Amino acid sequence: MSLISVRDVSQTYGAQTVLERINLDIEAQEFCTIVGASGCGKSTFLRLLLSEERPTRGVIELDGAPLGSEPDADRGVVFQRYSVFPHLTVMENLILPLELRASKLWGRLFGARRREAMAQAEHLLERVGLAHARDAFPKTLSGGMQQRLAIAQALMPRPKVLLLDEPFGALDPGTRARMHEIILSLWQEEKMTIFMVTHDLKEGFKLGTRLLVFDKLRWDPHAPEAYGATITYDLPLKDRRTLPDGVAAAVSGSERDDTQRLPENKGSLDVLH
Amino acid sequence: MARALNRRPGRAGLILLGALPFVVLVAVYLVASDARLAVNPADKLLPSPESLAAAIDRLAFQADPRRGTYILWSDTLASLLRLFLGLAIATGIALAAGIAIGLLPLVRAAFAPLVAALSMVPPLAILPILFIVLGLGELSKVVLIVIGIAPFLVRDLSMAVGSLPREQLVKAQTLGASTWQIVTRVVLPQTLPRLISALRLSLGPAWLFLISSEAIASTEGLGYRIFLVRRYLAMDVILPYVIWITLLAFLLDYLLRLLARRAFDWLPGEQQP
Repeated sequence: MSLISVRDVSQTYGAQTVLERINLDIEAQEFCTIVGASGCGKSTFLRLLLSEERPTRGVIELDGAPLGSEPDADRGVVFQRYSVFPHLTVMENLILPLELRASKLWGRLFGARRREAMAQAEHLLERVGLAHARDAFPKTLSGGMQQRLAIAQALMPRPKVLLLDEPFGALDPGTRARMHEIILSLWQEEKMTIFMVTHDLKEGFKLGTRLLVFDKLRWDPHAPEAYGATITYDLPLKDRRTLPDGVAAAVSGSERDDTQRLPENKGSLDVLH
Repeated sequence: MARALNRRPGRAGLILLGALPFVVLVAVYLVASDARLAVNPADKLLPSPESLAAAIDRLAFQADPRRGTYILWSDTLASLLRLFLGLAIATGIALAAGIAIGLLPLVRAAFAPLVAALSMVPPLAILPILFIVLGLGELSKVVLIVIGIAPFLVRDLSMAVGSLPREQLVKAQTLGASTWQIVTRVVLPQTLPRLISALRLSLGPAWLFLISSEAIASTEGLGYRIFLVRRYLAMDVILPYVIWITLLAFLLDYLLRLLARRAFDWLPGEQQP
């Protein structure tokens, strides 16, 4: 049975249709990347997976049960910005989920139990290369370090699925490449299921085991809001090395010009083998 | 010759320029006082430095023969007690109501319009009501300060809570936080700096309401003394009292700023108090 199943999900805001008839089954330990032009509804889809919004029609099931009505510890998330708590140090950010679980009233641990929580966080702290900055506040960290902290923090409660909303969108290319290595090795080590929204097609191909392209199938020039996007391509990447012709065209609506260089990037799939 | 907007004072110049208006003010007073006293030695409007010093000595360092107390200090104590009590109660209300209104949509829907309306009521206009309902004692003076500044504090805090990034609140939920835990671990620590700066802005109005209520009905207090001796044109008492009140207000503001600097070292540079 699949970990996540999406059945006939549509999302409309008044007269505006954003998503229509999404059907999807995701297996456990899949690294699923979602690409599409700006405004194609890929972030909306992530908000649905997060229960930040309820779908207008259709159901989403996680482990065979319908999603709860609000965000919970089953689904971890990393956003592009504001992903860590600025008033907590690196270590405090990491142990926060443990404190919240153990102390319902104060949300805090003290003494031996706090040290225990810190020991528990130590492995991830080292894994994301922040051991030297454990007592630093996020304001002193670079953008890449903050995102690494955010990923580690999201993993602390051991969510069933990790949702990433353009997590590397604000980083420079060198930092982004290092982040790719970290997220791939974490994914393999922790046997996670990951959904990642990106507007960088190259990134989508490099990281994913499965790539979803969101696009509008129907388009009415007199009423651009009448039809929503759906999944137009669903590519298993493990064994596919050639792209259907339409994929690049579907994403070229996005403003990033590295999508133009798409054919050269097929080699980057080697990372997964 | 550089443009005026590009000419900056040096370190010594900064102090010198800052002190200059004060020196001029004192000099003008001394000259004017001297001139008036030369015409009429019994003039009370601009007392000489000697009579000011004598008044300060009498009020601050010699016990009042009838009551056995030092008038300046007992006035200061009475006024500061009212002020602190008012500030403390207003702060408590602002924290509870501000966070509830800013964070909980249901509470916001119910109470935001009320707070907006209350903040439009001129507090001094309801002072007579307070005197009628609560009597002429301490309670009505403290309540006037609370009513005078609490609506502003509540609105400012609820706005600060409302401007917390949505991403943070969602992330906290995915880490397993309850509403109460989000309040204590995420919202409250991050709104405290805003509370301090709002309190600093409220100090002026708080003093205004304190002096007003003391002027109308009181038996001791800084405002009471000023308005009492006004009947005798006792400028030698009024002037030192005004300077003393100004000094106290400045000191309070300075202490709050110091507290904010010490307590919130996690704030990014541009938000430092």
